[in-house]
Amino acid sequence: MTASAHILKDSNSVTRVMLLVLACLLPGILTYAWHFGWGIVINLAWASILALALEAFALRLRGYPLKPFLSDGSAVVTAWLLALSLPPLAPWWLMLVGMVFAIGVAKHLYGGLGQNIFNPAMVGFAVLIISFPAQMTQWAAPLALAAQPLSFGDSLAYIFGGGLPPGVALDAVVSATPLDTVRTGLLQQHTLGEIHAASSIFGGIGGVGGEWVAAAYLAGGIALWAFRIVPWQVPVAFLAGIWLTAGFLHWADAGRYAAPWFQIATPSAMLGAFFIATDPVSGATTPRGRIIFGLGAGFLTVIIRVFGGYPDGVAFAILLMNLCVPLIDAYTQPPVFGATRKK
Amino acid sequence: MMELQRFPGGIHPEEHKQESSSRPIHAAFVPKKLVVPMRQHIGQPSKPIVKVGDRVLKGQMIAEADGYVSVAMHAPSSGIVTEIGLAAVPHPSGLPDLCITLSTDGRDEWAARTPIDWRNTDPAALRGHVRELGIAGLGGAVFPSSIKLDPAGGPPIHTLILNGGECEPWITCDDRLMRERAEDILEGARIMQHLLGAEKLIAGIEDNKPEAIAAMRAAAERLGLAIEIAAMPTLYPGGGGKQITKTLTGLDTPSGGRTTDVGVQVFNMGTSYALARAILHGEPLISRIVTVTGHVLQPQNFEVLIGTPISELLLHAGERDGTTGVIMGGPMMGFDVPDMDVPVVKATNCVLAKSKELFPPKPRELPCIRCTQCVPVCPAELQPQQLYWFARARDLGRAQEYHLFDCIECGCCSYVCPSHIPLVDYYRFAKSEIWAREKEKRLSDIARERHEFRLFRQEREKKEKAERLAAKAQTKRAEAPAPGDAEQDAKKKLIREALARAQARKAAVTPKNTDNLPPEKQAEIAEIEARRAKIVEIAKQPVEPEQH
Repeated sequence: MTASAHILKDSNSVTRVMLLVLACLLPGILTYAWHFGWGIVINLAWASILALALEAFALRLRGYPLKPFLSDGSAVVTAWLLALSLPPLAPWWLMLVGMVFAIGVAKHLYGGLGQNIFNPAMVGFAVLIISFPAQMTQWAAPLALAAQPLSFGDSLAYIFGGGLPPGVALDAVVSATPLDTVRTGLLQQHTLGEIHAASSIFGGIGGVGGEWVAAAYLAGGIALWAFRIVPWQVPVAFLAGIWLTAGFLHWADAGRYAAPWFQIATPSAMLGAFFIATDPVSGATTPRGRIIFGLGAGFLTVIIRVFGGYPDGVAFAILLMNLCVPLIDAYTQPPVFGATRKK
Repeated sequence: MMELQRFPGGIHPEEHKQESSSRPIHAAFVPKKLVVPMRQHIGQPSKPIVKVGDRVLKGQMIAEADGYVSVAMHAPSSGIVTEIGLAAVPHPSGLPDLCITLSTDGRDEWAARTPIDWRNTDPAALRGHVRELGIAGLGGAVFPSSIKLDPAGGPPIHTLILNGGECEPWITCDDRLMRERAEDILEGARIMQHLLGAEKLIAGIEDNKPEAIAAMRAAAERLGLAIEIAAMPTLYPGGGGKQITKTLTGLDTPSGGRTTDVGVQVFNMGTSYALARAILHGEPLISRIVTVTGHVLQPQNFEVLIGTPISELLLHAGERDGTTGVIMGGPMMGFDVPDMDVPVVKATNCVLAKSKELFPPKPRELPCIRCTQCVPVCPAELQPQQLYWFARARDLGRAQEYHLFDCIECGCCSYVCPSHIPLVDYYRFAKSEIWAREKEKRLSDIARERHEFRLFRQEREKKEKAERLAAKAQTKRAEAPAPGDAEQDAKKKLIREALARAQARKAAVTPKNTDNLPPEKQAEIAEIEARRAKIVEIAKQPVEPEQH
């Protein structure tokens, strides 16, 4: 017996929402593969398999039916977001550990779909970067700069076996990210100008290849907004938070602090803005709350990147803002209809 | 042309109006049996005034209004009263309720009908007639119209709105009524305008009913009635009281308030029509227009006698194989009828037969992912996802803080929810829990007051007894006169005053959240309480031992 609507909006479902998120990630993924090789494709597939297996296992343990919850697509979204956050040639066990924490701990220990306080993919990322910093900084070099690009088979062998083809040195396939290059250079007391001159990793505004991946995430993110899956407030505020914070620092000392456009044109910033900070479950739900959430995450991203001990700050920034969500939501309730005229 | 405003939220579900709107209203038929529930309106149920075996005429009063928030009930056709007792009624709970059952004689013989000269009748008396003639809101809320037509005690009513929104999919009873009987509707509006003293009269009709708009405009011209007939954009729930008020007048009804707070009173087209028939022709409310549609052979509107079993109505519209159930009302706010033999009541605007194709079973409910797709569609601008959370967690205080009682239960949130959560069910649950708790609190307050008074009384009696004994002893000893009556009276007066003061103090400090509720809500509460009491009663009945 129900008093709620007997009819439903056609075809609207959690599965549809999740599939649209995956679809809007595709431009970014294709650009990624184009510029950085097969590694990311292999890791995405591996992560998806792990996510579904872990999800099924957790559902079984908790006594939930498999079909409706496996087909909702949320586990695959988590898998893709984590895979896109890890170095594309990350060893297989790194992904395994990350997914166990993402799906097992951050999602199911908190009650499963819709109950998690933290973004599962970012919890997985945070665990990995704290536990395995060495593996987490070995990023695939852009193909344009790589001395010997790895084939599909080579990538597969490297990810699952750890071996490189004979005659290929590790340095030839992996490199630091532009962000990491900047922080290492600054630690060695170089100025930004010197760092840029010394490395070929920098592109037009971001990194070689990376800036195009960021642009593709942006395009996919705008599509996601056009489908009304994500609100505009979070990405706009997130990017504004980065821009304003980085811009202020850059204005204060252009030799030490990278330009705001450089901070925004990183894949992690765009992925974070449109696909991770917009996670509805762990994000704010009110319009004003979303602006605060986005601004805060953007601000923290730059602060952690510039002053923190990790090469990137997006994951920690979003996790910290996840913590503030109940408070933000409680203090930003919009007025209800007729609230302006009290009796 | 007046300028229309956009109310917040709303959705565009598939309309499905064509199915039933193309055929004219089918005249009433007389079924063999009529079951008239005593509780068809909000407020006190009517009190039966006939006995089993009585012969009654069509339109004869068979139950009287019980108090102010109530209306009378009439025999929909002539026949014999065969039963007065519990019978199945259309209510989501599926619980039986008090009904008068008539066996019709097929003669459909009218009782005497007396038209009322409303222009020369005292307004209070006229409202009394409205109550005696059984008029309640036919838009679905069935609130006694006599109360809504009483402008006393609130801000003056400047605008009377005739609600022809009919925004729910499938339903076309008001559409057909406006097309075919526009003049009667407007005559009714004239009486209501007179009673309310409203300067302005507006009819709001959604623009998916162009024929109805044209018919109403033509009728207004013929009658020379000053009325603005506005074509409103089709948007669900544009026919909600607060929504149509916003659309037509631009006024925002205050949160927790009613449209009358901003000087607007809203009546449904069918109510206006029923009022005109009652006052101008002396015909009490014994029939109404019902859309019978969905999975039937001939979807159309019927003029139906109140009390007609739904199963019989379905037969008239051509019942089909594969009917999976019947909704009373529309697909957004209606409810599944628990029993096909329940009667049509004053609130029944639509009987919607379901099939697997038209109403596929809902997919499994998934957890809320806080996507907030429900927020932009909520016409009350609530945060449905938060209310859902609070209702689930039984955090009723927070639910109220987040304006749970502004929810009009339109179902827009459930409609768009990608997790297919029956959100309105959760809100209703939370509302009834709050009412139940407040009632419990009231009862415990009363019990405590009684207990305190009992202690006080025992103390007083002890004292009085002692005084009496002392006085007796004194008389015996000194033959002195006993304390006079005047002294006793003075004492009693003092006690009474002290009691009154104590009670006033208690009343002042006891918070009563239900105090500010509009009468409809209070009446709703009363209704729920009554059902609750009934459940308790049923639960108390001894269970027959199982036989193996």
